[in-house]
Amino acid sequence: MWFDILPSFWEGAKITLELTLFSAILALFLAFIAGFGRLSKFRAVRILATTYVEIFRGTSLFVQLFWIYFALPLFGIMLPKFAAGVLALALNAGAYGSEIVRSTIISVPKGQTEAAIALNMTPWQRTRLVILPQAFVMMLPAFGNLIIELLKGTALVSLVTLSDLTFVATVLNSSIMRPTEIFSVLLIIYFVISLPFTRGIRWIEHRLSAGRY
Amino acid sequence: MSVPLKLIYNEDPTRSNGNDARKATVRPIVTYNNISKSYGDLQVLKNIDLEIAPGEKVALIGPSGSGKTTLARLLMTLEEPTSGTIEVEGDMLWHRRVNDKLVKANEKHLHQVRGNIGMVFQHFNLFPHMTILRNVMEAPRNVLGLSKEEAKKRAITILEQVGLSNKIDAYPAQLSGGQKQRVAIARALVMRPKVMLFDEPTSALDPELVGEVLEVIKAIATEGEMAMLLITHEMDFARDVADRILFFDQGRIVEQGPPKKMFNNPESERLQTFLSRFNRH
Amino acid sequence: MWNWEYTIKILPEILAALKITISATFVAFLVALVVGLMLTLARRSHFRPLSLTAHGFVEFVRSTPLLVQLYFIFYVLPEYGLSLSPFIAGVIGLGLHYSTYLSEVYRGGIESIPPGQWEAAKALNFSPLDTWRKIILPQSIPPVIPVMGNYLITMFKETPILSAITLVEIMQTAKMLGSHSFRYLEAFTIVGVLFLVLSYSSSLMVRRLEVRLNLR
Repeated sequence: MWFDILPSFWEGAKITLELTLFSAILALFLAFIAGFGRLSKFRAVRILATTYVEIFRGTSLFVQLFWIYFALPLFGIMLPKFAAGVLALALNAGAYGSEIVRSTIISVPKGQTEAAIALNMTPWQRTRLVILPQAFVMMLPAFGNLIIELLKGTALVSLVTLSDLTFVATVLNSSIMRPTEIFSVLLIIYFVISLPFTRGIRWIEHRLSAGRY
Repeated sequence: MSVPLKLIYNEDPTRSNGNDARKATVRPIVTYNNISKSYGDLQVLKNIDLEIAPGEKVALIGPSGSGKTTLARLLMTLEEPTSGTIEVEGDMLWHRRVNDKLVKANEKHLHQVRGNIGMVFQHFNLFPHMTILRNVMEAPRNVLGLSKEEAKKRAITILEQVGLSNKIDAYPAQLSGGQKQRVAIARALVMRPKVMLFDEPTSALDPELVGEVLEVIKAIATEGEMAMLLITHEMDFARDVADRILFFDQGRIVEQGPPKKMFNNPESERLQTFLSRFNRH
Repeated sequence: MWNWEYTIKILPEILAALKITISATFVAFLVALVVGLMLTLARRSHFRPLSLTAHGFVEFVRSTPLLVQLYFIFYVLPEYGLSLSPFIAGVIGLGLHYSTYLSEVYRGGIESIPPGQWEAAKALNFSPLDTWRKIILPQSIPPVIPVMGNYLITMFKETPILSAITLVEIMQTAKMLGSHSFRYLEAFTIVGVLFLVLSYSSSLMVRRLEVRLNLR
């Protein structure tokens, strides 16, 4: 009884995972660009980056998704559903990710930068050899959490009728009317997918606190 | 171990002059010209004139907040002067000459001149994510462009000199304070600067670890042709190692001279008061 | 492209729906505050089944989408006799989901209390209840109020999800208006602007609150 609905979920799972993967990659780019942008010495760059971050953190993913899906075509930009989903998810996660990048870089003690200056490293060398390695290690757990939020966010694309796990479930429910099995299995599938990430974060945090600091 | 200096300044009473009044022909390695530094309303350095000869060991003493650290940080380009210029080996540090005008230096120029200066910090500032060996090798490789083998050779030699050749694969967190500071000294030394700045190198150490670091600094002073600017509260050490002592108070050089004179016959009342606090224990 | 006349025409309807959005936010927040604290206390309990259940609940809810949890509450519970209105189901779903986040916030606040405080309470022979009431909670709650404030704002921005279980809040209203007139641009932009303005001004107030509570 429970098992015959599983195959239908498979197609939905593929979409969900692809969405998560592509959005995560794009979001990572955006996070670093915007994160560094907010730390830039050029005011124009800082303002641009901050505007992006404030807008996408200040509105919910739901609204962003709908805006990209419904409003953008009116400006002539017709995106296929999948691309609209990836774009919305990435822009949203990228904004939160930029905060992670920015705050971890700032939290590296000032003395590290000064020591690098004293050794006459160029600004790029200071960032690459001294600051980033230390900031990056702090970024990992936070990015891990972000990816889980991203995975959860993919469920919203069902509301613009993109065939992810949740959409498949709701369609299935309207035809065979077995909400208990369908939604329980759905919850369990999401939980199972997120497990490696939760474990991973736990493991990284453990390695860090036992480590060289 | 006195080194003669070039006499160039007139006796402007508003300017605080740290120069020896003996003539010579050696060009100073560092010159502070009428340097002032303010943070908002707070003026930390007031019209400082100072020359340091090549190979000269200068100790800076004085109460906290008197401006000694700021003087060093200006030279290390960690702070920018509010007014005045600094010269290193004849090249201006914070300014460039462009078509006969003085223009603020860009990073490229700073990078060029900065190569002559090195610094040891009070709180070590070792790179926690690198081993001791890598901490010392990294700048020679990336900044001086040495090959990996060459940088490693230099690093190991220096680490041997400071007595830490058995710790090259350890991480900073695994070392004691005294060991960390010795690594920091090695890291700065391996770049072969012409001037080395020590910003209270032993102030953050437990008392029993101070000695090992002072020994290393003394060895560097004895053998080296490197000029040294030593900011310290260790008066005995300053007396031992320095060619000249500068007493700072409230942003000015109040008194200066050879250690024997400064410690045995302090002229100014402020120096007398300051020194008396050290004799009490 | 943009029709101002139409914008003014639909504004009242959207604002009326705003009331539902705001009340849903606050009720859900209340649920989250209360359940969150209960979860934190349960997780600290020495009674293993309780702490493990609470821990498991938090892990599970935090790892699964709010939308699916809402579907579960709205569509599955009626099968077992519990049929809830969209508002109640939405508020419970949103509240429970965020109770897990608030539970973490409470936990952080409590764990930042120096162990010496607990020891002093024990030395003075305080009962466990009084220790919590008089010593621990009064010190752990004020520092986390700004963080809670930020979660309130986050929950406000999440309310459109409740439209998926047919709650007519401002997002749903915008969609309905849009589908009636085939003009989506104005409606969605108004909703977006409302969210931006309300959440930005609220976050400024939260920052003011932080200063007032002397935390910055």
